[in-house]
Amino acid sequence: MTDLATPPQEHTHVPLQHPRLPGFATLLAAVVATAAAALLGLTLGWNLSGIVVLAIVLHLAGLTIWSRAVENARAATDRLMTSLVWVALLIAMIPLVSLVWKVVAEGAPAINGKFLTWSMRNVIGEPGGIYHAIVGTLLITLAATVISVPIGLLSAIYLVEYGDTSTLARWIRFLVDVMTGIPSIVAGLFAYALFSLLFGPGTQMGLGGGVALSLLMVPIVVRSAEEMLKLVPADLREASYALGVPKWRTIVKVVLPTAMAGIITGVTLAIARVIGETAPLLIICGSTDSVNFNLFGGQMASLPVFIYSSYTQPGSNPEILKSMAWGAALILIIIVLALNLVARVAGKFFAPKTGR
Amino acid sequence: MTTVPTEAGSPKRRLGDLVFANTTRAAGVMILVALAGVAVFLTAEGLPGLGAHAQDLKGHANFLSYVAPLVFGTLLAAVIALAIAVPLALGVALSVSHYAPKSIAVVIGYLVDLLAAVPSVVYGLWGIGFLGPRLVPVYGWLADHLGFIPLFAGPASNTGRTILTASVVLAIMILPIITAISREIFVQTPRLNEEAALALGATRWEMIRLAVLPYGRSGIVSAAMLGLGRALGETMAVAMVLSASGVVTWNLISSTNPSTIAANVALTFQDATGLQRNALIASGLVLFVITFAVNFAARAIIERNDPGKAR
Repeated sequence: MTDLATPPQEHTHVPLQHPRLPGFATLLAAVVATAAAALLGLTLGWNLSGIVVLAIVLHLAGLTIWSRAVENARAATDRLMTSLVWVALLIAMIPLVSLVWKVVAEGAPAINGKFLTWSMRNVIGEPGGIYHAIVGTLLITLAATVISVPIGLLSAIYLVEYGDTSTLARWIRFLVDVMTGIPSIVAGLFAYALFSLLFGPGTQMGLGGGVALSLLMVPIVVRSAEEMLKLVPADLREASYALGVPKWRTIVKVVLPTAMAGIITGVTLAIARVIGETAPLLIICGSTDSVNFNLFGGQMASLPVFIYSSYTQPGSNPEILKSMAWGAALILIIIVLALNLVARVAGKFFAPKTGR
Repeated sequence: MTTVPTEAGSPKRRLGDLVFANTTRAAGVMILVALAGVAVFLTAEGLPGLGAHAQDLKGHANFLSYVAPLVFGTLLAAVIALAIAVPLALGVALSVSHYAPKSIAVVIGYLVDLLAAVPSVVYGLWGIGFLGPRLVPVYGWLADHLGFIPLFAGPASNTGRTILTASVVLAIMILPIITAISREIFVQTPRLNEEAALALGATRWEMIRLAVLPYGRSGIVSAAMLGLGRALGETMAVAMVLSASGVVTWNLISSTNPSTIAANVALTFQDATGLQRNALIASGLVLFVITFAVNFAARAIIERNDPGKAR
């Protein structure tokens, strides 16, 4: 009596879906490829990087061929491209990891109290310190900040509050973007040419480094401050105008405090960007083994230039100076990372209390 | 957007407003003046260098024959760096915008920012102390097996301080900016285009190829050009990694390498005197003109195709 429930035997089966690889296919292929590569590599005596490259190639090929056999050509291409995207990410991360590891491994042993508090003056045949370079870097960066923050901030105010879409504003905006691409060495040559004309040929001083770095820093400050000022709601400005407050006081008392968190973040990131610049300082600041607190006279050491010259022109004690170069590189990276961290924290800390 | 009405009847503009408005305008104009100043001062100090003679130009007859090999080296290193960096950067950008889950994408973004934060001199240190020695066996293999290609003719350098190593370091350094800009463009792809492609049965890669990449094409081009501008002007990594001898050669893995303008300035400026320095400044002017043109073109492309403005 249940005859009708039995399906007709001659019905051909039409699948509604293409066959798919199981969900764990990628993982399985990766494991098999790694195992095969390790087996082959170890028997042939390859090193680790060779095995990893082979494993990746095997994985890509294996998964694609498997997918092509079970699924179809389009799915196989999709799987191949997905794997390639991840491989690209992996390759891009290798330098970062190896760089951090190498700098910490080589630099950490060099760092001690003397390293941070001595200069290289009259130090021969023993590890000295990088105090003179730290002082120079801080002073030069301070000079660059003092020059570029007012110019950058005022320009950003002009772009957002006054210029807006005028021709001048559009040109400034465009050329500031172009300026972000000025090579740092050109900035150094510019400062050198400027100071040669102003103070006589061959002048080298810390202030020149500040000028060169500010040329690189101004565009970053302008762009970040402009973005932040744009975020300030127009309501706030209009409320202030409605109370009869002049425009300039509105900007100083309402717009700037509201955007202050973002501006501080942007300035800190800009400092982090230029504090590691080497090429301009090499040209305009020169290098010295002594501490120099005077921005307006004499050559001035800086961390990046110290790293460069100790590693490439180590003189009679290459081992000692090279290890000091790694130590200084570690200090420099720590400073840059600390600035990046400060930028993010400051952004949160100075954020206006909106009460929302 | 916030223009103060100034027609008759409204109170006359206050002194404070006038001063403030003109101060900000002056600051903006000052940036333009600084940019013009770069060109003017480099020209002023560089012009005497154009007339320098052989003894000031490392034996080259005139400035042109002195700077030409440097321009060649600069372009060669930058183009190889670009060839390495662009595919990687597109992969990383796609992984952030379309492949990785949100939480992982944020982490990748931080890591790429970190890559951008490392100072160039540290990259140079890493290139000469870590990457170079590790690439020596690779160069040996390339010279042995692919030596018939002129690029890998060899004999392979045994320090690894070749133009190919320098290009790899450059590629890593320009990766973050190319990634950042292309990621920004990819994220802006209209959601409807992507979903339409998926609804028609496209796989994820086909969706990217049909919807995301065509939409982002001009963005990718300008990102690559900005990366090119960076690579052309990058100094310290090349100066430290490259063992330069200033020749013109297509051989990427030998120990005689072309130098670049920026590296040449950094390496020789300290010891140069008189007209030599003027010649170096003139070569800097050449570099400035090249990078300015590349950056100008890249920014013009972005400006013209800014999706935010078009709609």
